[in-house]
Amino acid sequence: MAGPVLEMRSISKSFPGVKALSDVNLSVAPGEVHAVCGENGAGKSTLMKVLSGVYPHGTYEGDILFEGEPCAFKDIRASEQHGIVIIHQELALVPYLSIAENIFLGNEHASRGIISWHRTLTHAKKLLQRVGLHENPQTRIADIGVGKQQLVEIAKALAKEVKLLILDEPTAALNDEDSRKLLDLILELKAQGISCIIISHKLNEIARVADSVTILRDGRTIETVAVGTEGISEDRIIRGMVGRDLDHRYPERTPDIGDVAFAIEDWTVLHPIDHQRKVVDDVSVHVRRGEIVGVAGLMGAGRTELAMSVFGRSYGRYTGGRVLLNGVEIRTRTVPEAIGHGLAYVTEDRKQLGLNLTEDISRNISLSALGKVSRHGWVNEHEEMRVAEKFRASMNIKAPSVFAETGKLSGGNQQKVVLSKWIFSEPDVLILDEPTRGIDVGAKAEIYSVIADLAAQGKAVLVISSELPELLGLCDRIYTMAEGRLTGEVDRTDATQESLMRLMTVSAATQNEQV
Amino acid sequence: MAQTQTSGIEASTPTDGKPSGPTGSGGGVGQQLVQALRGNIRQYGMLVALALIILLFQIWTDGTLLKPLNVTNLIQQNSYILILAIGMMIVIIAGHIDLSVGSLAAFVGAAAAVMMVKHQVPWPVALVAALLIGAVAGAWQGFWIAYVGIPSFIVTLAGMLLFRGGTQILLQGQSVAPFPRGFQKISSGFMPEVGPYTDYHNLTLLLGIGVLAIAVLQEVRGRRQAAAFGLELLPLGFFLAKLAAITAAVTVFTLLLASYHGFPIVLLILGALLVGFGYLMRNSILGRHTYAIGGNEPAARLSGVKSKRVVFLAFVNMGVLAALAGMVFAARLNAGTPQAGINFELEAIAAAFIGGASAAGGVGTVLGAIIGGLVLGVLNNGMSLVGIGTDYQQVIKGLVLLAAVGFDVYNKRKVGS
Repeated sequence: MAGPVLEMRSISKSFPGVKALSDVNLSVAPGEVHAVCGENGAGKSTLMKVLSGVYPHGTYEGDILFEGEPCAFKDIRASEQHGIVIIHQELALVPYLSIAENIFLGNEHASRGIISWHRTLTHAKKLLQRVGLHENPQTRIADIGVGKQQLVEIAKALAKEVKLLILDEPTAALNDEDSRKLLDLILELKAQGISCIIISHKLNEIARVADSVTILRDGRTIETVAVGTEGISEDRIIRGMVGRDLDHRYPERTPDIGDVAFAIEDWTVLHPIDHQRKVVDDVSVHVRRGEIVGVAGLMGAGRTELAMSVFGRSYGRYTGGRVLLNGVEIRTRTVPEAIGHGLAYVTEDRKQLGLNLTEDISRNISLSALGKVSRHGWVNEHEEMRVAEKFRASMNIKAPSVFAETGKLSGGNQQKVVLSKWIFSEPDVLILDEPTRGIDVGAKAEIYSVIADLAAQGKAVLVISSELPELLGLCDRIYTMAEGRLTGEVDRTDATQESLMRLMTVSAATQNEQV
Repeated sequence: MAQTQTSGIEASTPTDGKPSGPTGSGGGVGQQLVQALRGNIRQYGMLVALALIILLFQIWTDGTLLKPLNVTNLIQQNSYILILAIGMMIVIIAGHIDLSVGSLAAFVGAAAAVMMVKHQVPWPVALVAALLIGAVAGAWQGFWIAYVGIPSFIVTLAGMLLFRGGTQILLQGQSVAPFPRGFQKISSGFMPEVGPYTDYHNLTLLLGIGVLAIAVLQEVRGRRQAAAFGLELLPLGFFLAKLAAITAAVTVFTLLLASYHGFPIVLLILGALLVGFGYLMRNSILGRHTYAIGGNEPAARLSGVKSKRVVFLAFVNMGVLAALAGMVFAARLNAGTPQAGINFELEAIAAAFIGGASAAGGVGTVLGAIIGGLVLGVLNNGMSLVGIGTDYQQVIKGLVLLAAVGFDVYNKRKVGS
């Protein structure tokens, strides 16, 4: 066999405060389907962005060799000219342009700026045939389903004379039927000599299409495994994916667990745009007083969607389910209703959804419970300031004063402000979504002890996290989700990273067999 | 204006970006001042610009600008734009825009004119009815914007046409006049004179003294509270200088007004609006929610803010203020005319942005809108006095708007990096 079509050697990439990739190697043989696996945050997407020129040459260390030539891509266009095309999980199609227009967007069949529709349409037809999509190329993208849109993306890649196709979670948004078709297409393209890198969480898919698998963990290459004729052992992949170091310090606690305080029953949510798709499918979870319960799952498992839907129907379209507080059904159709019943939701995206970055610490902390520092609708600023000062001290928020703009704080301090806001609202139930994402180790430890304190005060705490050690270190009980469904419930004492990861990578098709 | 302005500024200093250095980090006095100014550059920048513009025209017009007669004129000429600017600032803070206020002001003015002149409705009744019409018109637009989700630009563009057409229908293309004397006083009246004859208007002097006392007390209280909370204070020397500046400004302004007809009624209205809305935006839950929505709507919603209701109310309020502005303008003209209020919306929007609003929403103060409006007003008045034609006036005002916002963008970028 010839040398590898792609070689990435000792790739390292840092962001301020974080080392996203360190010394990663990836080698793809010609005509191979190569899977890249890893937990959320393992560095898969960063690696692909390095490869496709999103992070230009010079912003990372290491070498990229494509077809034996060293490459220094300065942007996506440069990598595409070499035949490397990436298809992101969130499709990059313009909804109100036609299929044909999308396929040749930025790459038009034109002479002197005037588009030749004849050439555009005939070429589009040929490409659609190749990907097996039977649609008129003049149909608008908005009028076809996600599965077909995915095929249009691939046709678009083919139009660019793709040699190496990168697919990021290509089946995450697809149903079983569309997923199967897509995987068949990948195998067909492989037969035509196109190499492919596929990022996926679904081990059965990997087993089906991949020739080899590279496993990343914490920004490092763990190993590359060839998938033999007898298939690959899922255990082996799981073992490689998990096993993050348990280096954080978790607070010692003796849980004092009471009755069930909070329960979600049979909750189902549809995708906000694609109403065919169940993003959360018949999920039931409960949390006892004083208990910390984890929810584990990979990207697209539906954890955040579940939480946001329960918290005032803030995501998607609700189709069924009940919320119970101390055994009594409560209404949480709007956020004020949910807050009124003592719920709090700390969002995973603190910059977009958690904070008003143009306002100061004090005003952010008081926002969700302004009534507590007001009388007859008028805010008592001194009281507000006193509260903010109290939280600044107790949460150890590092800022010159409570009048510092939250936009200028570090991630860890921002997260403490968001937590303060919700603790100030004195909830009985806290849903914490990725409470330590993107913050430094010291701040993490502080937040863990805050969470432990909240449980000790008798509150029910639900922690959504992608970091398995965090869940194992913090929680009394852990639920796992995959593709919108609950796939397991494990006691802390029985749980290991491997057992959780196995439950998190169960896909719909295989789930039925296992149950 | 000066007295309410300065007290308003003090009222807003505690939250708006105190110097961010660690407490007690010495440095030179000059350095401290620079730091204090940098923290409040939004607040002080435009105030300084306003002072410079006043100074420039005062010299250029050989002192005509600040003659008692002209100061009174200036207030009366700009009052309706300033009223609109207050409402516009709130709408912009909430992350929206209102293009219809000029037309709405004309429409409401026309409605009041028809009521008073053609149907002999007593003017206080007509005034209240007019404000109600404004509220209903605002609710109409607020409904489409907040609850249906049509962009405010579109809804109020439609409103601009709608209300302008309505004005012409009501007036059938003609001016309707004259108004009862009581109504005219809204715009051109003065506070009555009391007491013995002095060279000055007695009540105005008393009012001036009262305002000065309140302003100084507020300053001292604010400083004491800041000290109690352990915040970094302006050096005592600067604090005293600030008090002296406030005293001087209030005294000069009071004497100017008192040596003419006294305190204009419309200034009383404006002062009340400034203090009332300033306090509302800063110290009420509703005001806080408005800032939160403009700053980050999804985050505000997830914090339990009823964002639709807040946006709706912002437009209802804008409607009422547009109606009030329409009344003041009609009273000044002593007629309801089809051409009233043309381009008012643009002046009000410009005032808000010059006064520190952010196009993205979430930023701005009511006081800023007033300062922005005064910058425009003094420019208008001063340029007219020195004989610059309206053609060049527009060019200059355009450049001032661009420069003010450009400075702000530049400044923000520098702080951000």
